[in-house]
Amino acid sequence: MTATMTVESRSSAPAAMPAVDAVKMASRGTEVYYGEKRALHGIDIDVLEHEVLALIGPSGCGKSTFLRCLNRMNDTIDVARVTGEIFIDGKNIYDRDLDVVQLRARVGMVFQKPNPFPKSIFDNIAYGPRIHGLAEHKDELDAVVEKSLRGAGLWEEVKDRLPEPGTGLSGGQQQRLCIARAIAVSPEVILMDEPCSALDPIATAHVEELIDELRQDYTIVIVTHNMQQAARVSQKTAFFHLGDLVEHGATEEIFTNPRDERTQGYITGRYG
Amino acid sequence: MIVLVVTLAILAMLIVGYRMGVGKALSATGGQARILHSRPGYYGTYTALWCALPACALMALWLIVQPMVIAAMIRGGLPADIRAMPDEDFDLVMTAIRAIAGGTPPSNVEPYMEAAAARIGELEILGQWFMAPLVLIVALAGIYFAIRHIVPDLRARNKVESVVKILLIICSSIAILTTVGIVASVLFEAMNFFSIIPPQDFFFNPVWDPGFARAGEDHTQHDFGLLPLMWGTLFISFIAMCVAAPIGLMSAIYLSEYATSRVRSVAKPLLEILAGIPTVVYGFFALTTMGPFLNTFGDTLGLDIQASSALTAGLVMGIMIVPFVSSLSDDIISQVPQAMRDGSYGMGATRSETITKVVFPAALPGVVGGLLLAVSRAIGETMIVVMAVGAAANLTANPFESVTTVTVMIVKQLTGDNEFSSPQTLVAFALGLTLFVVTLCLNVVALYVVRRYREQYE
Repeated sequence: MTATMTVESRSSAPAAMPAVDAVKMASRGTEVYYGEKRALHGIDIDVLEHEVLALIGPSGCGKSTFLRCLNRMNDTIDVARVTGEIFIDGKNIYDRDLDVVQLRARVGMVFQKPNPFPKSIFDNIAYGPRIHGLAEHKDELDAVVEKSLRGAGLWEEVKDRLPEPGTGLSGGQQQRLCIARAIAVSPEVILMDEPCSALDPIATAHVEELIDELRQDYTIVIVTHNMQQAARVSQKTAFFHLGDLVEHGATEEIFTNPRDERTQGYITGRYG
Repeated sequence: MIVLVVTLAILAMLIVGYRMGVGKALSATGGQARILHSRPGYYGTYTALWCALPACALMALWLIVQPMVIAAMIRGGLPADIRAMPDEDFDLVMTAIRAIAGGTPPSNVEPYMEAAAARIGELEILGQWFMAPLVLIVALAGIYFAIRHIVPDLRARNKVESVVKILLIICSSIAILTTVGIVASVLFEAMNFFSIIPPQDFFFNPVWDPGFARAGEDHTQHDFGLLPLMWGTLFISFIAMCVAAPIGLMSAIYLSEYATSRVRSVAKPLLEILAGIPTVVYGFFALTTMGPFLNTFGDTLGLDIQASSALTAGLVMGIMIVPFVSSLSDDIISQVPQAMRDGSYGMGATRSETITKVVFPAALPGVVGGLLLAVSRAIGETMIVVMAVGAAANLTANPFESVTTVTVMIVKQLTGDNEFSSPQTLVAFALGLTLFVVTLCLNVVALYVVRRYREQYE
């Protein structure tokens, strides 16, 4: 799991699953069309287990679109069409026989804006375990809720106010609530779409620490506009530009020694 | 005729005044519009307003006062014996004279009436010939006054805007005052009713049997009980909501959550066509189709369903309210942020779990508000029940029997041959007032609920 293990996946043949044990998810030739418009051009990339992969790039470059392919959230958009293949543990998630509900239980998601349900803090966390039947009894559910809130570093702050509405928390707390909600169903991968863009610096620091801790148990893909954040939290970084995956590799490499001049231009702030 | 000509003349002067105002404003600064306090158009509008408003006000006042003055003058010219008549008879004479002047003479025309009518005609023409030049002079004076006041520092925009604001206030107060007037008139007549029939005999009497008004009769031997009517109203509304709430909500959920945008763009207008059908047509439907159908259908089941049963009216009224419920609920469900749905889908929830556990609970307060608005519509609905339901004021819980509603009885009591001051007629106002208070309360509660819901997301 060192930076040197990066696979230069552009060279690998499409549709062939690379036989690296640590690869959690892999994308081969993924393209996304919004109506006639092609938003992603053949993305090939691997996500390694227990690593944080940061997706960076200017607005509209397709990084969020790619993130949403990884748990088929693009299915909810009428005009979006996805081609190519994305594997999780070697299984193509766009296969007909794959149930999207189970996929999303394995690949959780945290959104740009905190979006707690207008329910109590407890019910927000218990939502996933309830719909997936993960906890039968009240005490089991209590245990899951406590574990998830502790995992998201929120337990000490909210343990006395679990019946209060989740929407009453501060922005940073809400986002950690959403992370707790995502880990309550014990996913294998967590996708984060600019999770700190609506938060103040202190709340951002909390969430970043949390991401680093979560890496022990989960594989994380995070979209961010903040390059310092990418450098702080990720082991791998992928740079997207106008629907292309320009380059990807170890975060240190990308930030200190980018190969492509577009990457260089973006990280030095010449455009973006 | 002269009024029309004068109006056109004012319009023409208004345009000229606008041009002159703009021209004066520009010439006052030597063509440099930047120096002006307001844009040149405002100086034009300022002049036009000074031209039109006083002139129109004068004309309106003249047209209101002129008939009064003429009536007074005619009165002075009538023979002494006519003037000595009692007030009611004299009013009849004046009405006859006005009718002759208007070109529709009544049957018994006396010579003095014709003379008076001719005099009215002369005076009216004379009055208008006085009015026309006066109004035009006022309009010209307005333009002159405005032009004289235009200097670069004149705050024309502020003045024009304050006039516009006053116009807006007048328009909105017309709507409010009309409502107040309606309430006051109903309230006044209802007070008259309650002075004859004590309120407790109206509100708590379980029998409705108003009978007919006869001169010198003791009204208290009739029953003006509100209860059977209110019961009928609520009963039919309840049946209607039993139909409309599930169908409307389900179709709203389908439209907002399941339908593709193409289906939605076709289905939603189609559903709203239902809302465009006049209620009297629903009445036909209830009377000629639904009633007989339910009657025969009841026969096959061995049930005695009357053609004009509460069920008939309730079902048809329910169908009428479906688009109302579905349209309102659809709007409210669509207002639930997409982020809520994403959050739920992202957890691996199915579409139905997302709807029942996240979207619908989030929309519930608004949906309840929409349902309450629908109920108040059902309660106030008249035409369907007038046509589909009998006038039998039964206090029954059997939906297969006839009941009657408050609105039906208002129609019946007001359109009958009863004398206006009799309690048989006046009871309609008491009923109307009760209905008004009930629907008002429902609307207030509904709007409050809907607003609470809106605050949640904004």
